[in-house]
Amino acid sequence: MLIWNLAEYVAWALAAVLGAYIIIDWLRTDSRYSEEELTSSREGQLEAMTEQHEL
Amino acid sequence: MSDTATNTPGIAGEAERAAAQNGGLLRVLGPAHIWALGVGIVLVGEYMGWNFAVGKGGAYAALIACWFAGILYSCVAMIDSEVTSTVAAAGGQYTQAKHIVGPLMAFNVGLYLVFAYTMLEAANAITVGFLVETVAGMTGHEGLDPQPFIVLAIMFLAWLNYRGVLATLTFSLVITAFAFSSILILFLATSPVFGDSPLRHAELMTDLPYGWLGVLAAMHFGLWYYLGIEGTCQAAEEVRSPARSLPFGTLAGIMTLLIAATLTWYVSVGLMPWEYLGQSGVPLFDAARMSGSTALTVLLGIGTLFATLASANGCINDASRAWFAMGRDHYLPSWFGAVHPVYRTPYRAIIFLVPIALIFALGAPLDQVITFSILSGLLEYTFMPLNVILFRRKWPLETIKRGYEHPFHPLPAITLLCLCGITFFAVFLGYGTQLVAMIAFYIVVSLWFHFWRYRFVRRAAQFTMPWPKPQGY
Repeated sequence: MLIWNLAEYVAWALAAVLGAYIIIDWLRTDSRYSEEELTSSREGQLEAMTEQHEL
Repeated sequence: MSDTATNTPGIAGEAERAAAQNGGLLRVLGPAHIWALGVGIVLVGEYMGWNFAVGKGGAYAALIACWFAGILYSCVAMIDSEVTSTVAAAGGQYTQAKHIVGPLMAFNVGLYLVFAYTMLEAANAITVGFLVETVAGMTGHEGLDPQPFIVLAIMFLAWLNYRGVLATLTFSLVITAFAFSSILILFLATSPVFGDSPLRHAELMTDLPYGWLGVLAAMHFGLWYYLGIEGTCQAAEEVRSPARSLPFGTLAGIMTLLIAATLTWYVSVGLMPWEYLGQSGVPLFDAARMSGSTALTVLLGIGTLFATLASANGCINDASRAWFAMGRDHYLPSWFGAVHPVYRTPYRAIIFLVPIALIFALGAPLDQVITFSILSGLLEYTFMPLNVILFRRKWPLETIKRGYEHPFHPLPAITLLCLCGITFFAVFLGYGTQLVAMIAFYIVVSLWFHFWRYRFVRRAAQFTMPWPKPQGY
């Protein structure tokens, strides 16, 4: 049926658009921000500031 | 900086929270999101997969497997709730292993997590393609190509995950609640309480067709009722109050799944003979069709699709957090430890895992993909009892504060270890070659990590929890 054939093309197109969005945003982000900023996340930041883990 | 009033795990003032979140993941999730993450990953197992336990040993074998797997996962949920409410960081069990056992165990656990979730994501995407193909077939269109729908499912969910965790898990919450409600509605609609019931347990139930060996074999697929509930831990760094939300969401999740699993078994075995049920691709959908109600058929069809999408969505979320955490600790190239400055997601980890999921979804058979996911999960469950025993020994209850303390220690750990042993034997009966291949793979990568990769790890920097020295050190 035509509608299912059409659905296949629409699915390919939507997948390509979403993939393109991710890749463009990824490249743009990597070019705008330094590597230090992007990898500045540290495990336990919040815990280190607010908890002593003591009873 | 902190005082006794704010000295509760995961609770910070506004200023502290803003400062701590510079460059990190966002703490925006609540207990409902944790419930949705855990149940969302698992509920697809109620819609498909669990019924192969019926094929292995009959209807009663599947019920016994449901109970034993339920005990196994209740132990997992209790143990995880205690440890992760204390080690509240992305990476979940990987981070727990790093702090409690050691780097080599942590590296292996991280890989178990990434493999288990990425394979499950691929399996879910294959199922989405199968569902669309089935619907097309029901409308008279044969020969539909499922590939564009498989690719679209993965790309859409990857995009959603890329854009932010709150929207991702709110989406999971809505579709998971719908899928769970569909099971409740199916049970109520077919129940004898509301008039004539299509259930025929008296006619359809048989003794164990393959005896107790069939029950043992059924344990392999009994895991499907609950596989993935431990995924709640991966949200530890993004939840507003880890000490409260993680135990609450995880334990509410396992209770939900125990109810869903029991209802699913009860309705399905009352509508289909075990010989058919044991081979069904979509048992709950088939059960709805057998009930003779068009409304139930549509409801459970949508429920199946939603459960599949929720599972894939949670898997992308969890696999990327584990990969990100390993990158951040230099267990993998630190490039993967980046956080998107606007969306606050581990965007490079999300992107990296997309092609891997696509390769397995488009190029590998479903049963192999599922088996690799189960095996990685099982290895992870085997680590948990050892982890919690060491945790209690090194940091007894009176030394550090926990968000939740699981009862009857070490009974849950010992029970979990015994059930894992039984399940390993059950898996070995059906998929011995894959089990050996998988263990060989982990041995090879462990050697690579030990002799090469570990030199790049900043050894002191990886232990971040402000805990006292462990007992005996």
